[in-house]
Amino acid sequence: MNVPQPKLPVSLAANPRLSSWLKFSADGQVSVSPGKVEIGQGIVTALAQIAADELDVDIARVRMVRASTTASPNEGVTSGSLSIQQSGRALRHACAEVRQLFLAAASERLGVETGALAVDDGTISGPGNVRTSYWELADEVSLDRDASPDVTPKPIPQRALAGNSVQRLDIPDKVFARPRFIHDAALPGMLHGRVLRPELSGATLSGLSEGGARAVAGFVAIARDGSFAGVVCETENAAEMALKALRKGATWSGGETLPDESDMAAFLKSRPVESTIIDKRQAPSPTAKSRTVKRQYTRPYIAHASIAPSCAIAQWDADKVRVWTHSQGVYLLRADLALVLRLPVENITVEHMEGAGCYGHNAADDVALDAVLLARAAEGRPVRVQWSREGEMSHAPFGAAMAIEIEADLDANNEIVDWRHTIWSNGHAARPGRAAKPALLAATEISNPFPRTISTNPPQANGGGGDRNSVPLYDFPSWTIESHRLLTMPVRTSALRTLGGQGNVFAIESLLDEIAAERGEDPVAFRLRHLKDERAKDVIRTVARRANWKPAKRPGIGYGIGFGRYKNTGAYCAAIAEIEGEEGIRVRKLTLAVDVGEAINPDGVINQIEGGAIQATSWVLKERVRFDRQRITSTSWSEYPILRFSEVPDVEVELIQRPEIDPVGAGEAAHGPVTAAIANATFDALGVRVRNLPITRDTLIAAMDLGS
Amino acid sequence: MPSTRFRLNGVETSIDADPDRSLLDVLRGPLGVTGPHFGCGAGECGACNVMIDGRAVSSCDTPLWSVADKDVTTVEGLGDAERPHPLQRAFIAEQALQCGYCVPGILISAAALLKQNPSPSSAEVKQALDRNLCRCGSQTRMVRAVLRAASEMAAG
Repeated sequence: MNVPQPKLPVSLAANPRLSSWLKFSADGQVSVSPGKVEIGQGIVTALAQIAADELDVDIARVRMVRASTTASPNEGVTSGSLSIQQSGRALRHACAEVRQLFLAAASERLGVETGALAVDDGTISGPGNVRTSYWELADEVSLDRDASPDVTPKPIPQRALAGNSVQRLDIPDKVFARPRFIHDAALPGMLHGRVLRPELSGATLSGLSEGGARAVAGFVAIARDGSFAGVVCETENAAEMALKALRKGATWSGGETLPDESDMAAFLKSRPVESTIIDKRQAPSPTAKSRTVKRQYTRPYIAHASIAPSCAIAQWDADKVRVWTHSQGVYLLRADLALVLRLPVENITVEHMEGAGCYGHNAADDVALDAVLLARAAEGRPVRVQWSREGEMSHAPFGAAMAIEIEADLDANNEIVDWRHTIWSNGHAARPGRAAKPALLAATEISNPFPRTISTNPPQANGGGGDRNSVPLYDFPSWTIESHRLLTMPVRTSALRTLGGQGNVFAIESLLDEIAAERGEDPVAFRLRHLKDERAKDVIRTVARRANWKPAKRPGIGYGIGFGRYKNTGAYCAAIAEIEGEEGIRVRKLTLAVDVGEAINPDGVINQIEGGAIQATSWVLKERVRFDRQRITSTSWSEYPILRFSEVPDVEVELIQRPEIDPVGAGEAAHGPVTAAIANATFDALGVRVRNLPITRDTLIAAMDLGS
Repeated sequence: MPSTRFRLNGVETSIDADPDRSLLDVLRGPLGVTGPHFGCGAGECGACNVMIDGRAVSSCDTPLWSVADKDVTTVEGLGDAERPHPLQRAFIAEQALQCGYCVPGILISAAALLKQNPSPSSAEVKQALDRNLCRCGSQTRMVRAVLRAASEMAAG
């Protein structure tokens, strides 16, 4: 008989050496080194909980080490709501094994069977009051060995910390303003750099008069390599002044034409594409259709728009360089730096420091290369580079614009008999470190430039990209899902929270709502009738109960629901929006139900869902990257407004705890359902279907004109 | 270089710098006070807010000369781990942030509000924080935290 071999968690299989994850010190501390990084999502705290639980130590003894290519396990990128799944499982397993190794050593030292030993806050004791500890045994037990698959972590009821809302470890530093962000780091002898970039998209630097910049007090150097140019100065203020002077002395030529922002669907549907059938289902006995409903939905380019402009520090020592970065993937960034610098990866050290929330692939990696290139002119001194607000809003990658067309065939009873979902969009991922060519901005600007990386889509097995969440969770008898990825990329795009998930859930849930309304069927009942997955039904029923679905009709007020399971494999989330609408839309309240399986830190999950819901509201009501045919024009907060305190809805989240089910991430679960819920509530309030995001006064009027 | 004198977090401070430089640049640069954060440089996001004579002001577009002889309070001046401001305690209690980059400016705006209006309504808190941007979507928690701090202060 073939007994299936137990398997290591993926991150542990890729980084099996136990010492790369854990280290005990004689002073009663354990250092835990995940390969995932803190980006404001609270992951470091959740991972500390898992480690403390499995090791039986107080969480105060756990020291979380920031990711670095010097020693950390390589866990790729911190993205896709995968950190709890990947790092969490690996750590739980590694800690369980390490605990066993220490028990074995303690057993030998104390002469007591391991089964008779207990661990309490790192102290290992047995009958007859014999005791030792992790700290005492730290030098004796070598963790320089590979993890073995046949280790069983603790059964759920024995976990003391998982499932508790432990306070986040990073928050005290942040409210007391103790330097923790890379922006606040100061290295001895540190210089400040700024990079010159064109306003015109794709323009090249044809002339540069350096005199003005060189005359600035505190000027150190100009770095120039092809169209890449920047200044290095003693102070940040001097660097700003030198950049201003450099800008005056710059001559740009060429440039590329941007799309017509007034008709993005036409643009997206007219480009050369790579087409993929994502999924196909055929009904065993097709029912005759009586009519077809065809709808088109769009969403604009969306900016990551981190509150902090991206920042990095780099320091050269002969042919070796050290980089401090808020990148989501230190090893991936290192790989791309090696390609650009034509150096072996061993010559490059990349260390993580926290930045502001990034919400996907923003300019964090780009600015790291900028710092490396500028630091070459600094004779061994560290150089800190920070982008400007304008740079952040125009040169960083954006979330891709999308056009989505759905055709639903309905039978004589208005039941869905076939469903065809087609997507046109640029790819949603052009992260560094994954291709033979670098994806970093300055790599396209230096002499002998690399071509701009055209965004691609992760495969469906990894959740897909533009096609993310496009395969219905509803039990329609047949469907065809097709994705067209653009092969040109005039506006730079890469990963933004949910990739295509927000657009696809918006489209699916909007059309479902429309069909339910036409049938005169309650949209909650309609969804439940088409779902088989009990966890899916549970979040919908829960949110409906919590929001008293459906409250009595009041003039100007509308209610709408949206549902999705992130990536179709992650967290389940249902949202109900209460909106107030007349000429514009105000979201009064969002109620959400979410199921992430085991919630390691319930308040952390709720915080992520609340944040996702509010961010999605901002996307839906306000956000759209603006451009003319030559340049991005939405380069400030007044030109790219986001939701303000006075506009933020009340948010209520109900968490369905399932401690017996492996946990999944929560950071991207809310965006799609909230988007759809607001759009559906808009219809409920005003009787108009807005199919082009964002829902503004203008798009409402356009939709009303279309509907009349 | 002319010298500008002001009180920084209660301490008499004198700085030799171009009086036209922004207060933020002087705080973060020569004075090494990194609590106020650069976000936009145009007074549009509030990450750099400081209190000047009790009012919350963006320091990125405030010239140094304009604070001569005035009281400037940054988040560092509100409190520390040993003597936290009720707002700092409340932000921890409510876990009222995600990335936290905007928090120093928000704490300052909230502290200025509570000085003028010790028992604000939720709408008044939102109004007072309306010029502060938070991209992570932690606003509802922050409002809760400010109200919590207000009632804690009222209770003495």
